[in-house]
Amino acid sequence: MNHYPVWKNLLIVAVIVIGALFAMPNLYGPDPAVQVSAQRNAPLDLALMGKVETALKAASIEYKRAELSDGRLMVRFADADTQLAAKEVIGNAIKGDYIVALNLAATTPNWLAAIGAEPMNLGLDLRGGVHFLMEVDMDAAVKQALNSYASEFRTLLRDEKIRYKKIDINAEMVTVAFRSIEHRDQAEDKMSREYNQLELAVVEEAVAPSLVFNLTEVAIREIRSTALQQNIITLRNRINELGVAEPTVQQQGDNRIVVQLPGVQDTAQAKKILGATATLEFRLVDFEHDVQDALNGRVPANSKLYHHRDGRPYLLSKRVMLTGEHIINAASTIDQNGSAAVSITLDGKGARAFSNVTRDNIGNPMAVVFIESKAETREINGEMVKVRRQLPEVINVATIRDQLSKKFQITGLDSTTEARDLALLLRAGALAAPIEIVEERTVGPSLGQDNIDKGFQSVMIGFVFVLIFMVIWYRVFGLVANLALAANLVLIVALLSMLQATLTLPGIAGIVLTVGMAVDANVLIFERIREELRVGNSPQASINAGYAKAFSTIADANITTLIAAIVLFGFGTGSIKGFAVTLSLGILTSMFTAIMGTRAVVNLIYGHRNRPSLSI
Amino acid sequence: MQIIKEKTEFNFMAKRKIAAFFSILLLITAATSLFMQGLNFGIDFTGGTMIEVAYQETAELDNIRTTLEKAGFDDAIVQNFGSVHEVLIRLPILESKNMAELSNQVVSTLQGVHPTPIDVRRVEFVGPQVGEELTEQGGLAMLYALIGILIYVSLRFEYRFAIGSVVALIHDVLLTLGVFSVFQLEFDLTVLAAILAVIGYSLNDTIVVFDRVRETFLKSRKTNPIEIVNRALNDTLSRTIMTSVTTLLVVLSLFVFGGEIIHAFSIALLLGIVVGTYSSIYIASNTVLALGVSKADLLPPEKPEGTEINEDGSQV
Repeated sequence: MNHYPVWKNLLIVAVIVIGALFAMPNLYGPDPAVQVSAQRNAPLDLALMGKVETALKAASIEYKRAELSDGRLMVRFADADTQLAAKEVIGNAIKGDYIVALNLAATTPNWLAAIGAEPMNLGLDLRGGVHFLMEVDMDAAVKQALNSYASEFRTLLRDEKIRYKKIDINAEMVTVAFRSIEHRDQAEDKMSREYNQLELAVVEEAVAPSLVFNLTEVAIREIRSTALQQNIITLRNRINELGVAEPTVQQQGDNRIVVQLPGVQDTAQAKKILGATATLEFRLVDFEHDVQDALNGRVPANSKLYHHRDGRPYLLSKRVMLTGEHIINAASTIDQNGSAAVSITLDGKGARAFSNVTRDNIGNPMAVVFIESKAETREINGEMVKVRRQLPEVINVATIRDQLSKKFQITGLDSTTEARDLALLLRAGALAAPIEIVEERTVGPSLGQDNIDKGFQSVMIGFVFVLIFMVIWYRVFGLVANLALAANLVLIVALLSMLQATLTLPGIAGIVLTVGMAVDANVLIFERIREELRVGNSPQASINAGYAKAFSTIADANITTLIAAIVLFGFGTGSIKGFAVTLSLGILTSMFTAIMGTRAVVNLIYGHRNRPSLSI
Repeated sequence: MQIIKEKTEFNFMAKRKIAAFFSILLLITAATSLFMQGLNFGIDFTGGTMIEVAYQETAELDNIRTTLEKAGFDDAIVQNFGSVHEVLIRLPILESKNMAELSNQVVSTLQGVHPTPIDVRRVEFVGPQVGEELTEQGGLAMLYALIGILIYVSLRFEYRFAIGSVVALIHDVLLTLGVFSVFQLEFDLTVLAAILAVIGYSLNDTIVVFDRVRETFLKSRKTNPIEIVNRALNDTLSRTIMTSVTTLLVVLSLFVFGGEIIHAFSIALLLGIVVGTYSSIYIASNTVLALGVSKADLLPPEKPEGTEINEDGSQV
């Protein structure tokens, strides 16, 4: 007699029912929707919803419904064309601090949503979108840090009235050369206290007494991680400008950032905004010397020649007043005289530095220099080498009217367009270290849909093939195995949904492969049962022995496959990880359905009979 | 339904020398091809740009080529992809061009001379460094998988079996790579994933056979290893066929209906499953025999002297 205790049967039923419930949301296709979210505490309320609805009605665009939830407004539409038209209309209706983006809204029924069941996320290859891998130029970040130290040294030495010959930057150190040993000792006294995060070496040469500041390991690590974090924050801000519904910006490794923008159609624009690697500097204009002289090659020692966007030359001080990393926000606005302006907010450190410099320079002009850096790959000695070129450009020159601090305005701009562009550049320039796109994977929406269709189709067809084959081969036992296979598919989908994993095309391939391999467990069991019958054992004993003897083989085989899947997961990037996840989950669920599941059904069919004839 | 009604008595191992010869021949071919012409690595590994666009009409490849050539993209490789409407354009890493911007330039160049809108279906750009890292990581992944498996099988069975399964795996991987090399099929990231899946599958198959070999060794009164292995192979034959067929069925449906993007992936799987099934019979078992496995090796180790346990559980 083969019986499962009641609790075991109940457990199996419970697992499958719960699995079915959590897999169900995937049956409801999503609605194309337009999502509105607020930036900088702009109100997101019924009034806004009314405004959006009125605009849609005025443009006679039909929508299914609009709803406010999770701090965003979702308006659902019947198809993608209406969705696109509606985004345009909504975007025009609510200008300002709102992000209007295309999205897909789940249509999970309320009772399912109430128990926390949600559909799987679709990967970029299935729903379309852009994946960027960006690399932060850490050498440049370190160099920038050295530059800003050098700048601080100049200020400090000048303030303390200590005469120095020159300040040099090379590799990971800043060298300050003095005219005399007295000056050097004086400086050492002041600086060693102020800059204890740097390693200080004193050079005792009489000809060139100097101080060498080295970045410590800790300091370099700090610089790198700050550069990465700052870039991530800046990228998030820029993406908000793009209007993407569910962007992902994540650190990968110690110098890379993954950016995923689902549903982005205009990839060229996305690249332009994300890829604009720029930094920003505020410098005082050197008005004591003649620009014309400088153009002729006589550039004063403490100044450097720059050009404005429109071509005008400027002579700017070598000393940087402020770098872009201290800018928290920049927005176009209207000043009290009604002309276009840009208001800028600085962080605490930036505000202090800026306030000191501007106090001493009221009435003097200052320039904003926008430095775009372009990465190029060149062949040098037969090897591909990355070369970075810096293109500095003066984007604005304004007179300092007051001692400036945390918040200030650049006024006197010609138009609101100019103000908007300047604000955008200022925000873009807030990047600490240059970044570069090192990998891009874009999938257009049409291909995404194709991939879903084809993936789904191939799973179904492969599945049906296996079902038919199993019934022909093992008859009633084949049917039982098919039930288990179906349950297995439901459980994989349920687990993926519960984990809110992202389904990709390789993920679907993983599911297909699991279907093929899940049958293996049943094949092993059934072949064993046949063998036992062949040697003349009773049907009940054969069933028992078949399951018992096949178990260790199944376990061994699955564990080794799991090892391969885990290695895949460990090394893989996005889509390969998807494959590994579905493969591993499939192996686990198949152990449950193919062994426990089928045994329960077989017991129900044959377990109570004394000498049943097995249809196998 | 049963194809194999009664106990089969195929003498698999009688042909083991021929099989070994055949395998070695294939392996030499694969190795030679891999050595001489290598793999046709996709941009995942070499770096470069790949753009898939769809025209509403039949795409005229020659026109596209000349347009691109005129625009300065001399190295562009243009070919159809899946249907006559779709075109795949590949560009290698070019010097002194901003690689990330390249795809946009290509698309706008093509759109510039074409009246109807072109649908950009896919853009993939991989920088040279990322490609290098992937190649390295891919090789490491395969190595780790093999080591992990070696350890597991050594623990569960015996070292000869572990060597046998790893030899079979190397055989499978090398032959699959060999086919990709001989026919210069594109080797991209998905193919690497497929090969790792093949490692899993082939191993699965090998383990099932080994399990049976061990069992037969222990329960059978015969001691001739060749006879034992033959018995085990015959006992597992219908299972081997069944599982290969069902897995092949689903992979075949992936190959036929899964679309162009996972073509290479499904080819690698198809190859791997066929080769993997063969190798678990002829390579894995063969190696174990060649290493001279015997019944004594598989008996549970006898208790070492001096650690006899008394009935009350105490040790003397």
